[in-house]
Amino acid sequence: MNEDMTKRPIRRRGLLGTAASASFLAAAGRLPGFGVGRAEAAAAERGGQVLVTFQSDVATLDPAIGYDWQNWSMIKSLFNGLMGYKPGTTELIPDLAESFTVSADGKVYTFKLRSGVKFHNGRTLTAEDVRYSIARTIDPATESPGQTFFSAIEGYDQASAGKGPLTGVRAVDPMTVEVRLADLDAAILHKLALNFAFAVPKEAVVQYGKDFGKHPVGTGAFFLKEWALGQHIIFTRNADYFTPGQPLLDGITFQLGQDPTVALLRFQRGEVDLLGDGIPPAQFVSVMNNPRWRKDVVVGTQLETSYITLNTRVKPLDDVRVRQAVNMAIDKERIVRIINNRAVVANQPLPPAMPGYDPNYKGYPYDPAGAKKLLAEAGVGSGFPTALYCMNVDPNPRIAQAIQQDLANIGIKADVRSLAQATVIAAGGTEGEAAMVWSGGMGWIDDFPDPSDFYYPILGCGGAVKGGWNWSWYCNPKMETMAKAADALVKPSEAAQRIDMWRKIFVDLMGDAPWVPVFNEKRYTVHQPSVKAPDESIFIDPINIPVNYNMIYKTNA
Amino acid sequence: MLRFLARRLAQSVLVILGVTLVTFLISFAVPADPARMIAGRSASAAEVASVRHQLGLDRPLPVQYLRYLGHLVRGDLGRSYVQRIDVSTVVESRLPATLELMAGAIFFELLLGLPAGAFSAARRGTRADKGTMVLSFIGVSAPQFVVGLLLLYVFGYLLDLFPLGGYGGLANLFLPALTLGIAGGGWYARQSRSSMVDALRQDYVRTARAKGAGEWRVVLLHAGRNAVLPVIAMIGLDIGNFMQGVVVVEAVYGWPGIGQLAWQAIQQLDIPVIMGVTIVAAVAIVLGNLLADIITGALDPRIRVR
Repeated sequence: MNEDMTKRPIRRRGLLGTAASASFLAAAGRLPGFGVGRAEAAAAERGGQVLVTFQSDVATLDPAIGYDWQNWSMIKSLFNGLMGYKPGTTELIPDLAESFTVSADGKVYTFKLRSGVKFHNGRTLTAEDVRYSIARTIDPATESPGQTFFSAIEGYDQASAGKGPLTGVRAVDPMTVEVRLADLDAAILHKLALNFAFAVPKEAVVQYGKDFGKHPVGTGAFFLKEWALGQHIIFTRNADYFTPGQPLLDGITFQLGQDPTVALLRFQRGEVDLLGDGIPPAQFVSVMNNPRWRKDVVVGTQLETSYITLNTRVKPLDDVRVRQAVNMAIDKERIVRIINNRAVVANQPLPPAMPGYDPNYKGYPYDPAGAKKLLAEAGVGSGFPTALYCMNVDPNPRIAQAIQQDLANIGIKADVRSLAQATVIAAGGTEGEAAMVWSGGMGWIDDFPDPSDFYYPILGCGGAVKGGWNWSWYCNPKMETMAKAADALVKPSEAAQRIDMWRKIFVDLMGDAPWVPVFNEKRYTVHQPSVKAPDESIFIDPINIPVNYNMIYKTNA
Repeated sequence: MLRFLARRLAQSVLVILGVTLVTFLISFAVPADPARMIAGRSASAAEVASVRHQLGLDRPLPVQYLRYLGHLVRGDLGRSYVQRIDVSTVVESRLPATLELMAGAIFFELLLGLPAGAFSAARRGTRADKGTMVLSFIGVSAPQFVVGLLLLYVFGYLLDLFPLGGYGGLANLFLPALTLGIAGGGWYARQSRSSMVDALRQDYVRTARAKGAGEWRVVLLHAGRNAVLPVIAMIGLDIGNFMQGVVVVEAVYGWPGIGQLAWQAIQQLDIPVIMGVTIVAAVAIVLGNLLADIITGALDPRIRVR
């Protein structure tokens, strides 16, 4: 019943829309030429309803809890934080905040709120809401996976343990929020732009309790109109949205539980506007070779790196020459071909779109002969046995086999251990356990576009603990000092200098070769030609996957 | 009859209890750490431990199992780790779609299976008989995701006769129900053929023929009436078969039932949902078997004695 009511108007809207636009054009044609083109363009550059398909049900739309790539950008269209990003870029901009100041010691951030921001329930947002929302994420009762991001805030330790208030966030007056840090954190603005810091109205959270995630109320560009569990979710344009001119769409329907192969057939028949799950791997080659469909695919990069960790605490990988030799032994081009060229070869931990990426760094060359020489210098010229862990989901075992062959070429006999994801993660996080891990399927995708997110958890000493993600167990005091120095540059005016320092850190640490960076996955966003955006970059927005829903519209053509 | 029913019911309860124990133990063998899933990848070991404590996952296994049973008795299937919503709410919202699909599938399997079986039995030993039985064998053994995608591609995409998946009216129901019905239909064809062959050997059929009744009249009325009842009793057993089938068919067609729910939960290692669906499916299978027992018992008093 519900489905009928929701689905049919959308299908019909296509027809009605075409008729309407035809008569509009006919009318325009009769008018004198002056100004018509502009009026027509303006009329076409917003509006429409789009249909997006996903295979999985949406887990939750609670910003304190939602943490998968599917709900991440949906939540961004329902809620806002103090900070946000300029659409299509990784550039931070104030969002709920109008402006902010940073104290001289870099520990106090004061945000002035925009006036007249309203929640979907009609109530005006105040500084208290911002404070409440951040404290809610940190409160252990919320069971948020994003707690730890805010550990630099004063009072975090007691608040995250449920033993006291979060003293570091304060509503100075209804329009002013103050965030006080116990420790310097140069990435705090990025963290305040995370979904986990988005503003929620306390009364709605109290009303819906643990089910708030199914009844989200925010300040965002859209509001939730309807959610039929397992079937569809409908977003409708928030006419009171505070950012002028946004959103461009009138509404979005997310159809859930759609098999990606079937969704592609529906897309090819014009029933679906945007494939939420992208092109299914089995159909990838045929779609990309078909000129009719190829032009609907926008290719971009992801803030992701797939790599092999080389355990610096396992013999003989504890010798830097051996790790360098492994770096020179891997034929990355061939690995990229295994996944149908859906990636670009990487030579450093940071992906190319991440601030701090060094385009001049050349990395280790593919040079098996040179690698053998290095092994001989390290005293293991006849090779050695070792183990390579990988996740047991295609294509990762195939990639691990390619790595195994490359290693065999220089005499290293790697035993491939293809295991369940959780088992690999556990092995990586146990000291002295996994000599090498292929990160595919578990690779590091950014939480926020800042280079520090690629250092501390996966290459820093703090991540080299039991259950951590630093599977190389790399811990270099020199790098720690440099990282600390870079992150002491917290003033906005020092941002460029800080990024330069991070660039040097990542290039320097490649000298120690704790990883073999293998590739950066590409992103393929598939949309109907009628779905448009002011700029193509919106379709490969680094912050929103698959797309920034606030910035697309649909024409009737 | 009452004693027979009571015994069957008691057995059913034992079976369901066994299923809860097995699913509970399997959930511990699965390499997923719910506490880590909830706490997030950047959480420290201490934070993960605190979530584990909050969920009661740090208590001894028997204690956790008894607690789980206690909740179950009150109809509480737990809370999804991924969706953060009560499992019973999710299952409830998805059950109607699955029941609808099953009803459609039963319609198709009877529609395809019974006539095919009767036809084969009447033409026993001929090429037509063998051909029909080969077809039914293919129907039973063809993988449902292949049949599903094939039907969808031909009748949905190429011929554009049906919507490409999704939930809604009868048009949406047709192909998924047919996919399930083809497998069941093959099974029914074979069963109804043998029960029909049996019936055709009986004295009353010879009598009918001797009276000069036409061949189709004999097959459909005299033998058919007697042959069809044991076949109908199989519908109860079918529910068990469907529970396997719906997982695949619902995933292919985007049908929002509990099969699709199970499929998604397995991929996300959402253990409370996997356990909830398993228990609901087990209850359905047990009830279906009970139903089959009651029907056959009512039809054939000899079974009750055993």
